[in-house]
Amino acid sequence: MKHLLDTPLEADLRAGVRAMLADRCPPQRVLARVESDEAYDRELWHTLAVEMGLAGLLIPERHGGAGAGPREAAVVCEELGRAVAPVPYLGSAVVATAVLVAVHDEAPLDAEDAALLRDLAAGTRVAALAVPYSMPPFSAGVVASVTDGSLTGTVRGVADALGADVLLVPAADGLYAVDAGSPGVERVGVASLDLTRPLCDLVLRDAPGLLLARGPAAAAAVTAGLTAGAALLAAEQVGLAQWCLDSTVEYVRGRYQFGRPVGSFQALKHRLADVWVGLAQARAVAGYAAACLADNDPDTPVAVALAQAHCAGVAVTAAEECVQMHGGIGFTWEYPAHLYLKRAKADAIGFGTADRHRAALAELVDLPGAGR
Amino acid sequence: MSREGQQYDAAGLRARVAEFLARHDHTTMDRVEFLRARYDAGLAWIHFPVGLGGLGAPRALQSVVDEAFAVAGAPDNEPRRIGIGLGMAAPTILRHGTDEQRRRFLRPLWTGEEVWCQLFSEPNAGSDLAALATRAVRDGDDWVINGQKVWTSQAHLARWAILLARTDPDVPKHRGLTYFICDMTAPGVQVRPLRQITGDAEFNEVFLTDVRLPDSLRLGAVGDGWRVAQTTLMNERVAIGGAALPREGGMIGILARTWRERPDLRTPGLHDELLRLWVAAEAVRLTGERLRQQLAAGQPGPEGSAVKLSFATLNQRLSALEVELLGVEGLRHDDWTMRRSSTVDFLERTPVYRYLRAKGNSIEGGTSEILRNIIAERVLGLPREPRSDVDVAWKDLPK
Repeated sequence: MKHLLDTPLEADLRAGVRAMLADRCPPQRVLARVESDEAYDRELWHTLAVEMGLAGLLIPERHGGAGAGPREAAVVCEELGRAVAPVPYLGSAVVATAVLVAVHDEAPLDAEDAALLRDLAAGTRVAALAVPYSMPPFSAGVVASVTDGSLTGTVRGVADALGADVLLVPAADGLYAVDAGSPGVERVGVASLDLTRPLCDLVLRDAPGLLLARGPAAAAAVTAGLTAGAALLAAEQVGLAQWCLDSTVEYVRGRYQFGRPVGSFQALKHRLADVWVGLAQARAVAGYAAACLADNDPDTPVAVALAQAHCAGVAVTAAEECVQMHGGIGFTWEYPAHLYLKRAKADAIGFGTADRHRAALAELVDLPGAGR
Repeated sequence: MSREGQQYDAAGLRARVAEFLARHDHTTMDRVEFLRARYDAGLAWIHFPVGLGGLGAPRALQSVVDEAFAVAGAPDNEPRRIGIGLGMAAPTILRHGTDEQRRRFLRPLWTGEEVWCQLFSEPNAGSDLAALATRAVRDGDDWVINGQKVWTSQAHLARWAILLARTDPDVPKHRGLTYFICDMTAPGVQVRPLRQITGDAEFNEVFLTDVRLPDSLRLGAVGDGWRVAQTTLMNERVAIGGAALPREGGMIGILARTWRERPDLRTPGLHDELLRLWVAAEAVRLTGERLRQQLAAGQPGPEGSAVKLSFATLNQRLSALEVELLGVEGLRHDDWTMRRSSTVDFLERTPVYRYLRAKGNSIEGGTSEILRNIIAERVLGLPREPRSDVDVAWKDLPK
């Protein structure tokens, strides 16, 4: 059985990231910058990725990594979710990095690609996989056609791409790296539900691309990236739900109506107990997914589908209860509950809905549907 | 971890079991004699102290010892039959009993020679256990017990019971209780089967009429019964939520097998519910696994209440879906004759039995509503509801 608790090193990492975020990413700061033109919080990214060196956790030792992996990255994602931090960690340090690692596993990288992986690990460049945020690992597809090495296509609703330096584009004959500043690359920001992870629409018109991998290796790399994304999104959802529960408990303990704290009414207590139960389960399920990914376990597809089938609902419920139990204040722009509700709902679509992951499980664990 | 703890690792314990088995041949020895010898060798519950069936070793290594005996084909103490003794009476006696009580009771409890039951709940004291009315009145060196207990499994088989009774009705309810060990063979103890919605009588009503118990059977101080009972109740919840299962190891496995074997029964709506329950079952299973890892690491987490609560909901949804999936076949029970069953076997009986028995899961061992209160108050730190029974003498409470 997988170890589902923090190791001492993971606990230290968690404490370090949490302390940094408490200082550098309080809710007021997140709220203050959501309507700015910046795609993400560059100062915070610099601290997290460059100063703390946490963008390269998914790079294995065989490719020059520091010997960390998905378990450690899950700790970071959980803490980032808890702070609803506006940084492209999931898109760049998880998904794009996992794509490149998978490419590297198939064949040595050429100098330019190796430099890209190094820069992603160092946090000096940011990359995004150019697919809709809703694409699940089990139905990875292509988004562009290729003519003489130039890419043409439109992708709607890409996460973490607005501020990216490099776009990884699954195209008809392989996977390409496209410099986001190249001619022929247009990114249009979307007024997104989730203000802390804005989406963009991407249009490629004869954009120059560098081929990273062909055929099945390209498809496998994209699947690996999306699998890592879906697994670690579950950790983010755990952190998100934990903040919602904590802030709600604090609020209902201090809010008096009818001469007593509203948190003493069983109508609220029992619902918060249910949120806590769902969260305890989500923590176990997300931990199992990260541990399977870390061990390259054959159960990983089941573990990831399970995590996404379970954790999305837990985070959404926690955020919805947070808004409801805060009453009027929960419905205001000033109070950060809405940032969490928006992130939770967007995350429920990210890498495929719970329903799609249940459908994937039906195949994986041999529980076929009617008429099959 | 203590130095004493560190000297026990899995390999060392396996060697110890092998050495024991070399000296005690279970194929020729009397079963009870074998179990007594295992107890005396400290290989019963290894986390118990030396001399009381244990080695003072880490509890996490118990499974190593149990497996080593099982692999050798040695007889066990039928833990399911004596679950109340093992799970509730033993930890309470160990923690609160006198040396004499520990020596007298723990060995035959563990070997299964003496079965235990629990005399806590009463017709008017269920969730509000501290309101119980069974009286214990001091008479010389004895206590005289009068009252009625209910939902007592194993009472018809039990030699001893753990008993909570009121010794002082003039103080608030939590303070007037005392914890006893009740001799189930004493005159005045009457056990009657209590038939439940399954048709079985797993439980009993126990009537106590002028039952005399010597003061030496008192566990803990007079008036300290509520505190002593907390040890019992904490262990009950761990016991109910605590068993390790493989994937599809419980009721979900039965349902999944039926689904795979009977394509004719499948509909889209049932498929959706089945997948939701498969996910929920796996989430509950992994939560239990995480809880066990916390316990083994010496960090008992509050997840026990969560596992018990989700297990109840899950069993109810699974068993309801199974009846619905099977349609008219799901309506066929095997037999309504009253059985004196002493254990719950969800997997061996009919879908009708499973559907009905699962209804008890959200009532027994703390109702789901009480568990939510416990989580809300003890885990989340939410305030209690205003109470009207705290500073009032028990005898003055509305009944």
